[in-house]
Amino acid sequence: MQKQQRLAETIIHGVFLLLGLVTVGCVLLITVYLVLSGIPAIRQIGLVDFLLGDTWESTAAEPSFGILPFILTSVYGTAGAILFGVPVGFLAAVYLAKLAPPRVKAVVESAVSLLAGIPSVVYGLVGMLVLVPGIRRLFHVPDGASLLSAIVVLAIMILPSIIKVSVTALEAVPSEYEDASLALGATSIETYFRVSAPAAKSGIAAAVVLGVGRAIGEAMAVMMVSGNVPNMPSLFQSVRFLTTAVASEMAYSSGLQRQALFSIALVLYLFILLINAALNFFLKRDKER
Amino acid sequence: MNSIITAKDLCLWYGSAQALKNIDIDIPEQSITAFIGPSGCGKSTFLKTLNRMNDLVPGVKITGRVRYGKQDVYAPGLDVNLLRKEIGMVFQKPNPFPMSIYDNVAYGPRTHGVKGKAKLDDIVERSLRDAAIWDEVKDRLKKNALGLSGGQQQRLCIARALAVGPKVLLMDEPTSALDPISTSKIEELAMGLKEKYTIIIVTHNMQQAVRISDYTAFFLLGELIEFGGTERLFSQPERRETEDYITGRFG
Amino acid sequence: MQNSSISTGRKLYIRLMKGLCCLSAAITCGVALFLIGYVLVKGVPNVTWELVSTKLSYLDGTIGILPDILNTVYIIIATLLIVLPLGVGAAIYLTEYARNKRLVAVIEYAAETLSGIPSIIFGLVGMLLFANTFGSCLLAGALTLVIMNLPTVMRTAQESLKTVPQSYREGAFGLGAGKWRVVRTVVLPGCVDGVVTGCILSAGRILGESAALLFTAGVAHTLNDFFSGLGSPGATLTVALYLYAREPRPGAAEASFAIAAILMALTLVINLAAALAGRYFKKRSAL
Repeated sequence: MQKQQRLAETIIHGVFLLLGLVTVGCVLLITVYLVLSGIPAIRQIGLVDFLLGDTWESTAAEPSFGILPFILTSVYGTAGAILFGVPVGFLAAVYLAKLAPPRVKAVVESAVSLLAGIPSVVYGLVGMLVLVPGIRRLFHVPDGASLLSAIVVLAIMILPSIIKVSVTALEAVPSEYEDASLALGATSIETYFRVSAPAAKSGIAAAVVLGVGRAIGEAMAVMMVSGNVPNMPSLFQSVRFLTTAVASEMAYSSGLQRQALFSIALVLYLFILLINAALNFFLKRDKER
Repeated sequence: MNSIITAKDLCLWYGSAQALKNIDIDIPEQSITAFIGPSGCGKSTFLKTLNRMNDLVPGVKITGRVRYGKQDVYAPGLDVNLLRKEIGMVFQKPNPFPMSIYDNVAYGPRTHGVKGKAKLDDIVERSLRDAAIWDEVKDRLKKNALGLSGGQQQRLCIARALAVGPKVLLMDEPTSALDPISTSKIEELAMGLKEKYTIIIVTHNMQQAVRISDYTAFFLLGELIEFGGTERLFSQPERRETEDYITGRFG
Repeated sequence: MQNSSISTGRKLYIRLMKGLCCLSAAITCGVALFLIGYVLVKGVPNVTWELVSTKLSYLDGTIGILPDILNTVYIIIATLLIVLPLGVGAAIYLTEYARNKRLVAVIEYAAETLSGIPSIIFGLVGMLLFANTFGSCLLAGALTLVIMNLPTVMRTAQESLKTVPQSYREGAFGLGAGKWRVVRTVVLPGCVDGVVTGCILSAGRILGESAALLFTAGVAHTLNDFFSGLGSPGATLTVALYLYAREPRPGAAEASFAIAAILMALTLVINLAAALAGRYFKKRSAL
């Protein structure tokens, strides 16, 4: 009986160990699959031609597979979204964490959670029907489906993550710092911006990095508003991101073209891994405090 | 003796609980006044009414009067921020900002509009010297203040408070988190500072009050029981409660 | 005190920063309100009984989204059924069994990495792993979503396991219970709130997911029951919205707005449910 029970316990322990390892397995699986399916095309095209080639004509008689336009579009698009999203998100976070009366805070927070929950296709749809024509009319450009539309949509989509993480960081600032500043004759606003925010800088940096990750990984909303033409990025031109490059041709691709799409996904994945590492760095530094 | 801070009939409530009852006191300038009493007696609360740090606590109600010089501290038109520039504060737990030593000291002057590196350098050096920590930190002004020891951090906080040029320094149990050696350094520092500043110190430690203060106020259950010269109060207390407390019969 | 108030410069700075903070919060709320209002105003009139109760008919030229609704329900159920045991099991391993700190760190790092991967990449890997081996179908989509939602379920379960007081476990061990018995009788009941929260969060994410499903679950609008649905390709509401939004067919734009309104309403419901669950469990754990 004793022996049997011990055996059962060992088996159960083993089962839970396996369940615990599923996540690790998934990450390994994803990494291995992306590397294996991404390498062949890069080999055939050549790393330099692939990464730095500025034309993508995957279906031409003489196809060329340069993804520089996608990389740059993703970088510019993300940078643009950060440029708009971070200041608004940070200031809104200061409002929520420090200034808002409790009732107002609850309302704004539920608006933030709502923004976080709205499906990306809904962002895409509204962007397509409101933002794209709006930009066309406002700037007198032939087509509003452009990098600018994508930047605006992305900036809105990353707001909730930036706000939530920044609020957490700001609320974690020990009140002793703020008391000291107030006792020196600083006003509360001066205290929040000159003491609380610098004290929460790791958390706020993590919020920014999280926003970068969200923006660079978004596919559907961007696909619906950016026009999806593989141009080099320019604010009022139709562009294609790394994510949308994969999504837009996958359905009908074959052969080298298909393999090249996997290579694009691999490049995107490497970007994300880099961002994750940065995120971890900031969060860890925050915890050590 | 000239008094610098005067309270008249001061009462304070947290919600419906009365924490201070009809406090009347005249605090003499350029001296050290110690507030003593058992925990919860209201000594820290009273200290914080003097620079209006209690304003930050939700649900606080205050009646009566506090004067700083000729100024009514609770007058409606008074700018709290300027009041706090005049009446500095040092807290129980050393709380330097997570910035460099230099930026900690320069924070106050910068906030109050002091510009120019030479001017700031001068203020920082003077404040650190006054707080008797200059020699220990002069070579690492750009290093993070959180790297200092607890006693050094507390002296840095004193320097930070001095940098805005206060007249009064409120110290809320400034040595309760420190070891004996750091404590005696802070005590020495306080005794040196009374040449230029008025110091009000809340302390749990009666020996400390005897060692450094000129005047002592004894609080009990929100009331000011007795106030007078330290030597007199400890040798010949007028009130029974004071005697009980200083002879260690309760608290 | 010579001056009676702080300098004009400081006053301006304070007013400016305060204004900017309020403005930013107002922008955030304004955008949220605009999105809800716009989608509901444009969408609700198009949500007709006919639309939600029929399927797409090329013959009649009518659009019905019943299959898409059902597919969404099927895929949420299937995903949760698979991800719950996996995620809760992993959480139990981490909090109850794991002794090796390194291994715990590796698992947690893997979970963090997983939650940072964009859905298009999950879609691609899901396509390679599942859709290419047994065809694109709801099950392939659900399995992809399982990988995506694993970190969320694991983390919420872990959080709630941490709130089970150590004394309960000690009490049970003290009575001579074996580890598994303790886990089953003391620990598992303690993580119900985490499981519920994890379910709500995952359901919300699945409801809004599209990029990961496009190449795994397929784009068909056929009517199926649960089990035949799992084996055949089908579009969820989000995928259907995306498809109709780019179709020039008459009625397609209206249909996509109707779907957007439905999604928006469901998002509101899910947010509300998450908030209520959070409040309920907080209250209960405070008792």
